[in-house]
Amino acid sequence: MAKKASEDKILTSCGGTQQMIDLARKEGIPTVFDRAATMKPCPIGAEGSCCKNCGMGPCRVPPSKKEGEPAKVGLCGATAETISARNFALMVAAGSAAHSDHGRGVAEVFLLAAKGEIPGYGIKDEQKLIQLGLDFDLDVENMEMKELAIKVGELCVGQFGKQEGELVFVKRAPLKRQELWRKNNMVPRGIDREVVELMHRTHMGVDQDYKNITTQAARAALADGWGGAMIATELQDIMFGTPVPTTGYINLGVLEKDKVNIIVHGHEPLLSEMIVVACQDPEMHALAKEKGADGINLAGMCCTANEILMRHGIPIAGNFLQQELAIMTGVLDAMVVDVQCIMQAIQKTSESYHTEVITTSPKAKMEGAKHIQFEEHDPVNTAKQIVKAAIENYTNRKGKVNIPKVKEEMVVGFSHETINYLLGGTFRASYKPLNDNIIGGRIRGIAGVVGCNNARDVDDEVHLTLIRELIKNDVIVLTTGCVAMACGKAGLLVPEASKYCGTGLAEVCETVGIPPILHMGACVDNSRILIAATAVVKEGGLGDDISDLPAAGAAPAWMSEKAIAIGHYFVASGVYTLFGTTFPTTGSKKYTDYLFKDLEEEWGGKWDFEPDPLKMAKKMIDHIDKKRKALGIDKARERVLMDMEMRRELDAV
Amino acid sequence: MSKIILSAAIRGAHKIAFRVENKYSEVLKKHGPDQEIAFPNTGYFLPIIYSMLGIPVKTLGDCQLVFQKARKLLPPLVKENHHLPYLAPGLDAGMASLFYQEIEEAIRYLEQPDFYLTGEDTTDDNIWLGAANDIILRKRGVEFVDGRAPGFAAIVGAAPDRETAKKIAEELQLKNLYVFMASNDSGTSFSEQLVDAGVQIGWNTRLVSFGPDISAAVFALGFATRAAMAFGGVKPGDFRKNLIYNKDRIFAFVMAMGFVTDEWYATAAGCINFGFPVIADTPIPEVLPTGICTYEHVVSNVPHDQMVSKAIEVRGLKVAVTEVPIPVAYGPAFEGERVRGDDIYFECGGGRTQMVEFSVLKEMNEVEDGKIEVLGTDIPDIKPGTKLPFAIYVELAGRQMQEDFLPILERQIHHLINYAQGLMHIGQRDISWIRLAKQAVEKGFTFADIGKILHAMFHKDFGAIVDKVQVTLTTDEARVTEILKEARDTFKKRDARIADLSDEAEGTYYSCTLCQSFAPSHVCVVTPERTGLCGAYNWLDCKAAFEINPTGPNQPIEKGEVLDERLGKWTGVNEFVRQASRGKVENVSAYSIMTDPMTSCGCFECIAAFLDKCNGIMTVDRDFRGDSTPCGMKFTTLAGSAGGGGVTPGFVGHSKHYIGSKKFIKAEGGIKRLVWMPKALKEELKEKINQRGSETGVENLADMIADETIGMTQEEILPFLKEKKHPALEMEPMV
Repeated sequence: MAKKASEDKILTSCGGTQQMIDLARKEGIPTVFDRAATMKPCPIGAEGSCCKNCGMGPCRVPPSKKEGEPAKVGLCGATAETISARNFALMVAAGSAAHSDHGRGVAEVFLLAAKGEIPGYGIKDEQKLIQLGLDFDLDVENMEMKELAIKVGELCVGQFGKQEGELVFVKRAPLKRQELWRKNNMVPRGIDREVVELMHRTHMGVDQDYKNITTQAARAALADGWGGAMIATELQDIMFGTPVPTTGYINLGVLEKDKVNIIVHGHEPLLSEMIVVACQDPEMHALAKEKGADGINLAGMCCTANEILMRHGIPIAGNFLQQELAIMTGVLDAMVVDVQCIMQAIQKTSESYHTEVITTSPKAKMEGAKHIQFEEHDPVNTAKQIVKAAIENYTNRKGKVNIPKVKEEMVVGFSHETINYLLGGTFRASYKPLNDNIIGGRIRGIAGVVGCNNARDVDDEVHLTLIRELIKNDVIVLTTGCVAMACGKAGLLVPEASKYCGTGLAEVCETVGIPPILHMGACVDNSRILIAATAVVKEGGLGDDISDLPAAGAAPAWMSEKAIAIGHYFVASGVYTLFGTTFPTTGSKKYTDYLFKDLEEEWGGKWDFEPDPLKMAKKMIDHIDKKRKALGIDKARERVLMDMEMRRELDAV
Repeated sequence: MSKIILSAAIRGAHKIAFRVENKYSEVLKKHGPDQEIAFPNTGYFLPIIYSMLGIPVKTLGDCQLVFQKARKLLPPLVKENHHLPYLAPGLDAGMASLFYQEIEEAIRYLEQPDFYLTGEDTTDDNIWLGAANDIILRKRGVEFVDGRAPGFAAIVGAAPDRETAKKIAEELQLKNLYVFMASNDSGTSFSEQLVDAGVQIGWNTRLVSFGPDISAAVFALGFATRAAMAFGGVKPGDFRKNLIYNKDRIFAFVMAMGFVTDEWYATAAGCINFGFPVIADTPIPEVLPTGICTYEHVVSNVPHDQMVSKAIEVRGLKVAVTEVPIPVAYGPAFEGERVRGDDIYFECGGGRTQMVEFSVLKEMNEVEDGKIEVLGTDIPDIKPGTKLPFAIYVELAGRQMQEDFLPILERQIHHLINYAQGLMHIGQRDISWIRLAKQAVEKGFTFADIGKILHAMFHKDFGAIVDKVQVTLTTDEARVTEILKEARDTFKKRDARIADLSDEAEGTYYSCTLCQSFAPSHVCVVTPERTGLCGAYNWLDCKAAFEINPTGPNQPIEKGEVLDERLGKWTGVNEFVRQASRGKVENVSAYSIMTDPMTSCGCFECIAAFLDKCNGIMTVDRDFRGDSTPCGMKFTTLAGSAGGGGVTPGFVGHSKHYIGSKKFIKAEGGIKRLVWMPKALKEELKEKINQRGSETGVENLADMIADETIGMTQEEILPFLKEKKHPALEMEPMV
């Protein structure tokens, strides 16, 4: 019999979540919070010291407890650092595969849409399509939009199976970074190829040099960040629109008692975009009325939520750890899921309520759940079918309604293009004001705080503590994924949150009218952060590589393999990246030292681990200060008064 | 608080849009869409709209497209709580309000054609100057380019009283800045306050009274955007380059005086797009973080006695102020001031009496530095309205001084003493003319002060070559006649020396990159027989300038090997130009209009253009006001297509003086190719043209050259050329 989590331990800083945990306990419904209390992580696996890559094992090679004892090796002789590196690399491979497969799906649908084979999808951002055409060196001036879209679609699909050369977006990176990648053999040739090669190398008896494995892991990770994930973001923007500032609400309180409630949960916006449309269909509304409902209420969860929030202002019901809880409100008529981060537990939970769990991806089915497959040739009808199923389930509601009266408003939609616009308007759009205020010291630096929620930590808490500390110290925060939602729930994604900032950052936020924490989208949209960082480099005055920037990245409560892949592509792009909660290589000191120290020398970026959010903030700020010093901007800036001679020295714009 | 400011700006933009769109519908109903609208004599249409959107507004109908664009730029009002970002929408709203107000002013030109004056001066019953035409733009633009005017202050509203207005205006003048005035505060305008305080306003004193409403601020910004197009080579519609050019090179700022309305905020938001910050005398909110402007965006509550220095600091401008120990204000802003009628206290020269100014080179021991001697009657001894003969005699000594530099220093006398408030100087040598105002005499100005100016300024500007300056000022008729005789003998020798200079005889030419502050890829190559295209710098000037400032904009160019004698191509010149143009210009021909002609910054006196049907060229100077020329373009349009530092075969900018040079488009056959020029220019240069014609075997060439009285198209002038047997028709084809 499973034990209950101790009642007095604080499990979350989210009011909505807390109410539902209390309810679950009262009703005897098990949740991830209880399971986390009762089941400890495997200590050998947690530190990456278990090798189960062949039938001679699993071999356990934890560090020796006694001094002088010889280091343990596997049956084949694999050292702890090799095993640790291989386990790490496997996580990168899985994470990269997940994002990239998402990207491939988007690219395939984009191509079909471009050919006019999918009703409902079109081109919303022509400017971005042209930009992609330019990235691919196409003769955009002499191409019709349709022709251009087809060509871009084909080339994007081609990126996945490419065998030679370089991924197209590699050349978007700062020149110095590209050179470093080329020098170190890190430039991805094709997205699939790098993942396949990485998994080949982790096979028994192949690559047994931890540094060499880490380099290939970087190649696979870069194939995600500057490949699959970037393709996903770019093509989604072209098809569904590049996000612009908008407002929306978050937390379980967005569910409405008298309406048909549908949550779209998962990661891909392909289907959810159509569900947004289907929910506005008069036919569907009539049906809902007929069933006695007062309309249809669509909400999102996890990164799907971020996608449709950013583009349509659709409310978010919650982040990763709230998926079971949403069902327990008693008003959720359908939980529609696609891929990634969907806990199998929701099926079990739904059995105690009326909620219909509907899987939609042929890649992700779930025993016991209803499956309505997303037909990419006819998404409108798939969407209608799903909405209809939800409406029909409305009459099956049973038991009490428990919607926490908790929701917060957020200002979101900060794509790279939008930030560029916001800093100067239509006529003077550029990153200049950001760079200028970093150089001038009003903004101390930039932090990317991204990633998941992890039930091993107090839910939402580490993110918020870290982020509050950063903005207090004038570090502007870019965020995505579940961290962004944690901020939203805490009321930090509004301009009024500048009251928590240091005076310099507050002044800049007030000038532009932005929150100090910028929600940039789903976890696949971390590619937007890469582009933003590159834009800062290219704007000038802050060095000539991402690794020169006074910036740092963090995933304080990561849990998915995608997070490791993301972390690794940030490190390989030159960013000092900290993870919290746990770190999967600590079993090998040698390998961990390599990731935490030596890499900086080779790549300009490195990994680090710090479970305490305040200490994490300090490490990030120290790093930012170190970079400021290296750039010579740690001192007050002098006001330069220009005379004619100085004006003559100016280069033409 | 940016939020308060930008919320107000967005509100203001909506108000302006509403007002202008309503006015527009009325006017459209009355005149129809084909009704022409324009600012006077400009090739840049409504310049803000043209430069930002690339739309040439010529008719009322053309405004529709502008409105469409402007409406898209108008954001919703800013919410009180959880608002969306407002900086960018606010800046957009500001720009939209400039588009609207430019159309509003164009409608005013249509509806009230006499509302604004057309020239540089105000009149007794109208002080509103309105949009600067392109002649003013180019003439004044040169001052911005070479640094005589480091920027402009756009003043909106009014000072609390006229004395404060006068003080602020004078302080800005002393800092050499132009003052562009618009709008009013509760019915009082800064311009009117200046007039009431007895201050002379108009382009000549740099106190430009554009108009009584806030919409007149578009004339200031229109001047700035045109500068980017005319001198910076920025193309219409390339808004980004234009605005960055303005931020980096046009040192302008807004001084908001009095109550700031929503419409002012909207207009100010428009200015911030240009990088022009706002300095206010009222306690409005401030915007201090940097980015769109170089430093702060809005600084407020500045006391009046600190406003000018604060504004200059916020704009990041360094102004060199000239301190001369005389009892009146001194600076370039007073150069164009007039002294007239009852104001005249003393007058000399100008055909009324004999006057001469003359400088001589002496040995070091012969000159007593700082000695200023006044011979004859001085100011305290004369009655108002007196006219006397007058001579300014300057004795110079210096180890680096050469005879060749004397005319250069002597020519400076004109503007140096003109900088004194209340003193008007015209001409040079023995045809100079001085008027001294009563106001200057009241402040204690005497003839010795002219000497003090020359002593101070020669040391300041020419310290590298001049060590000692001694000045004698005399009203004594005998002494004046004596100096005059010596001077005339010397002038003859000097003219002969200049005439003897030739490109072939000199191995060193000089560059002039003074204009790179505005046209970064432009390089003037100044040879003994080709002056700078602005007409202000000849080879000797450049030579002296290099002596004075060895790292300055005039550098020696060793001409090197002759690559092509006909075209005027030399290895050294090409190499220099390549490097000095930052790789933008590869080759240059000094004598050709068709093959690699020299680039033009935008401040050329004349521009020559190839006329295919006439097998020749035309040239037009910037004072020509005609609506077209035989090449199909008027001066401003021509200047727009050839200026900005680009190489444009078929067009070349040049000085008036160059027309009389032996090297004038020598590669294509020289002056014999000249088939059309404005009549006034032809009259001015008649003697030179005929002399050059005669030297090349054509008598009375000037009479063979067509002008606007003959025709304005090639077809119209061709019969004339045939009848006159113009030599160009018989010459080999130009292409």
